[in-house]
Parts: sequence; structure tokens; C-alpha cells
Amino acid sequence: MTIAAILAGGAGSRMGSVNMPKQYLRLGSRPILVHTVEKFFVHPKVEHVVVLVPSSWLGFTQDILNEHLPNHPKTPAGVPGAPGDHNVALIAGGERRNDTLRCALDYVKAHFGDEEDHILLTHDAVRPFVTHRIISENILAAQKHGACDTVIPASDTIVRSDDGQFISLIPPRGSMYQGQTPQTFTCNKLRLLMDSLLPEEEAVLTDACKIYALRGEPVALVPGEVHNIKITYPFDLKVAHAMLGLEEPPTGESL
Amino acid sequence: MISVVYRLTAPGMIEAACEELALTEGVLLRPRFLSICRADQRYYQGARAQEVLRAKLPMALIHECVAEVVFDPSGEFHPGELAVPCPNIPSKLDEFIAENYLPDSRFRSSGADGFLQEYVLSPADRLARAPANTSIQVSAFLELVSVAMHAVARFEKFSHGRRERIAVWGDGSLGYITALLLRARYPACELTVLGTVYEKLAWFSFADRRLHVDHVHVKQGESLCDHAFECVGGQGSRHAINQMIEFTAPEGALALLGVSEDFVALNTRLILEKGLRLFGSSRSGLSDFICAASVLEQNPWVGQALERLIADVLPIRGIADIHEAFRRDMQQGFGKTVLEFNA
Repeated sequence: MTIAAILAGGAGSRMGSVNMPKQYLRLGSRPILVHTVEKFFVHPKVEHVVVLVPSSWLGFTQDILNEHLPNHPKTPAGVPGAPGDHNVALIAGGERRNDTLRCALDYVKAHFGDEEDHILLTHDAVRPFVTHRIISENILAAQKHGACDTVIPASDTIVRSDDGQFISLIPPRGSMYQGQTPQTFTCNKLRLLMDSLLPEEEAVLTDACKIYALRGEPVALVPGEVHNIKITYPFDLKVAHAMLGLEEPPTGESL
Repeated sequence: MISVVYRLTAPGMIEAACEELALTEGVLLRPRFLSICRADQRYYQGARAQEVLRAKLPMALIHECVAEVVFDPSGEFHPGELAVPCPNIPSKLDEFIAENYLPDSRFRSSGADGFLQEYVLSPADRLARAPANTSIQVSAFLELVSVAMHAVARFEKFSHGRRERIAVWGDGSLGYITALLLRARYPACELTVLGTVYEKLAWFSFADRRLHVDHVHVKQGESLCDHAFECVGGQGSRHAINQMIEFTAPEGALALLGVSEDFVALNTRLILEKGLRLFGSSRSGLSDFICAASVLEQNPWVGQALERLIADVLPIRGIADIHEAFRRDMQQGFGKTVLEFNA
């Protein structure tokens, strides 16, 4: 089974003066989160979508999903947490990204069992420009290689500094990539690797693919798109509106 | 939901733009296979008048497409079903004028975005089900089959009943498909195809006669056909239509399908003398799609003959592949370029 986990755990601390977590800000006619969920919701190879949000935002998120997502014929009966009768479940995420990832894995195990071939796409809620091709190729790459990451070639030179004052290293740009999402995994392997983390490793491993790399496990690259941007800063929201050819709503306006 | 639209912004330039689609406002389609038409190539090459390009670009090209139904809130189509969207978008219907001749109808890839899009939202009443037992790659150009179907339907409306000898001028894709549909509709008639390239004419194996336009000999007082179809267009229109006027029997119907950017001088004296009926036929409506699909389902040999028309199937993952497809299509001497859309 192929399940998409939309990770909306962040509370938007980087977004500046806005009143709501960034995934709830309006882009066009609907919240960013809804755009993102829809992309997985309609993809023919994605059989179930689970959205993970801070527990205090569960009710609010359920309301906007019910309002914007039409009924879906793929709904499996009796999936707990599904808002309305469409095939999107909503659960609370964790404190950190890894905790949220564990919540997604636990959800899959509890509701769909721990079969070997379950595929979990994990995607930032604030990347609504993800494409059908990226999702399709993530699924294929995870089925073939066990794990994959969506990347684009680095356009800027990457500079490393260990002390924050002087350059330590400038790696060759040709082998540098910028990570996007989705990151996609076979569930059992991801769970196994996460369970193997020592507490000190867990504290610094904020990226699931990094866990694979640390353990010497292969992670295939899937070409992303330059426009698959993450809406993190107010500037990104301006860019997102411009990409849609829209006027930006007044600062801080949500929904 | 946000969807990517691949628009031609200037001849030879394609850019990805994003557009918001409302899932509740139609049937959501994922294009699977597309096919390039001469009209698309003319836009891509910039072979249209500057004022036309200025008025219509930026615009997503391609109006021949078979798509997978992804989501239909009305429940009329099921996810996974293959559908062929009709590019004609009428704002109203008329008792006497067909939907494709209404002046305020819009047409995809000519005034409205074509199907080079990540997802397409279409009203359910603009969709035909893809023909069963037919290659999905053939369904990619069902639109062109429907154009020929429309011409044959109009021919039946405008022509007299002696249909023993029918001729088609044009050895390109439209000529091939029109001749094929005429063969299916009138299996006993003597079908003649006339063209300018022997190698192309050789593909028309189902026709009774294949003639080079420079070597047609008809005795004084005799005729080549009862009725004729012109599928030439462009600079060849004048020669083709005047040959049709000369070689068709009196009271015959002449169907004109080819697009010409220039005015065409015709032998009106002979048209009058013979009492010929010339009629135009352009594009098609949803009913023609449904008829075309039905012909394919009932005549598997037609589907097989259309498979032979596919010159190339090219994968599309992004803008670079779209450029490559248009470049390759330009170099094709004969047949359709089909795009497997994975962008």
C-alpha cells in the first residue's frame, strides 16, 4: 500500500509576523495545506493520505479539510480519524520532525499492518507545487531502491564554515544538490533504522534520509523541480503568489 | 490544487506556469498521451501572422489527447477510466449551427490553453470515453479521427446518393484518416487517393487507386469520381481544389478540410457549369468523437491501420522533452508524433 504523510508539524516560527502557522496561510482560494493535500489525494497511485499537525490545530485543520476536499471514492471504510468520508486521515504530529515521522509510521502500522511493501511518502505541507511526476517517480524509486529523496542540482555555490566566520570548505558544485520533498521509504526499513538511533544521534538527525546515509543504506535521487519551493519566509509566499499570477493577499491574511 | 501548465510564450519558447484548479468544477484529468497537430507546429514555428501570435500567446499547445480520469465529483466517470477531451468549448448550443462553427466557441490550443498541462479540468459533457480494444496511443489522436468523421457526416448531409467513386486529395495524416473512414463507411465504393509523394501514397494500401497528382489522366467527358475530399491545405490547396473541380462528375460534392493562410483562386466557371457543391469542414464536436470511437470499436482493422500512422512515441518529462518532440515532429515525413506525457 502507498501512503502519503503530509508533515505539517511546524508552527510557523520562521514566517515573521503572521498570525497562523504558515501551512494555513491562503494561496489563491485555499490554504497552502489544502493545495498540498490535494496533490496526493488525487494521485492515482497514492491510496491513503495522512495529515500530521500540532495537536492544538487538529480541529481547525479538520474544518478546513472538510470545507475544501470533496468526497473521494477511494475511501476505505472505517479508517479512524478520516474527516468526513473521504480518504484523508488527520492525526497529531510530534514535537520534532522525527517524532512526527514516528507518529506517521505508528499510524500506518496500526491501520494497515506492517507488510513489507508499504511505501510512505513524506512531504512538507508547505510545498504545494509538488508535481504528479515527482510523486510518481518517488513511488517507483522507493519500490526499487527502498528509499529516495527529491533533489535539484545546487544552483548556488555551497560554502561550509565550521566556526561561522571563515570558510572551511567549498565543495565542488557539480556534486551538490538541494533537498526537497517528498522523501519516500519502505515503512519497515524506516522504522528499523529510526529504532536503531542512539539518543545523541536522534538529537541531530533532523532528516530521515540522513539516517539512511549514516547507516550506509542507499537513498536514490529523484529529480525535483525548481518551482517545488518550500514556503518558509514571507518572501516565499510572495513568490508563490507570483507563480500563480495572483495578487498577494494583505500581510497575515489566512484562509 | 496547483497544476503546471506548459505554455508557448513566443515561437520556440515554452515556460512552465502554475494555475489553481478547483476539484469541484469538473472532471480532473491526467493527460497520458498527446499528439502534435500541424496547427500546433505552426504556432511553435511562428508560422502564423504576428497579430495572431500576439493575441493568442502565451498558450499551452496541443489539442489531441487521451487522459486518465483522476477525479470526478459527479461520479459520471470513474478514476482510472480513459477519456478523450473535446477541445471545442461552446458557450451555448444552436439549433442549426454545429458547436464547432459557433463564433463564440473557444478551442483549446487556439485561444484557450491546450492539453500540455499536468492536470486538465474538463466539464463531463466535453468528454468521450476512449474506444475499447483500441491502442491508447491511437486514442491520443482520436480528435483528428473525429475531424475526418465530422467531414464524412457533413458529406452525407450535402451530397447526392450516388457514392460509387470517391476520391481523397492529400497524402498526409488527415488524408489517410479520411480515406480510412470512407473505406469503412463505403466498403464497396471505388476509393482513389491522390498525392504528391509516392512513398506516402504507398501507405494507403486500403485504397483502390493511389495516384500522383501530376499523372492523372481523365478522358474528355469522363470523370474520376462522384465526390471528392480535399485534405491538402497550405500552398497545395489551389492545385488540389482545382483538380477536384476538374475531375469530379457534375453535381458532385467537394469537401474542403485543408487550412490555407492565403486566399485560393478557384475555377468558378467550372463549378457553376457542373453544379458542384463545395462545403467547408473544420474541427469537430463531441458527437463526432463518440462516432469516431464507435467506428474504431466496430472495425478493429481501422484501429490497426491507425496504429501504422504513429511515426514516433516520445517520452515527456519536462520542457526540454517538449522542444525535442516538436523538433522531431518537424522532421517526420509522414505520420503522427505521439507524446507519452509524464511531466
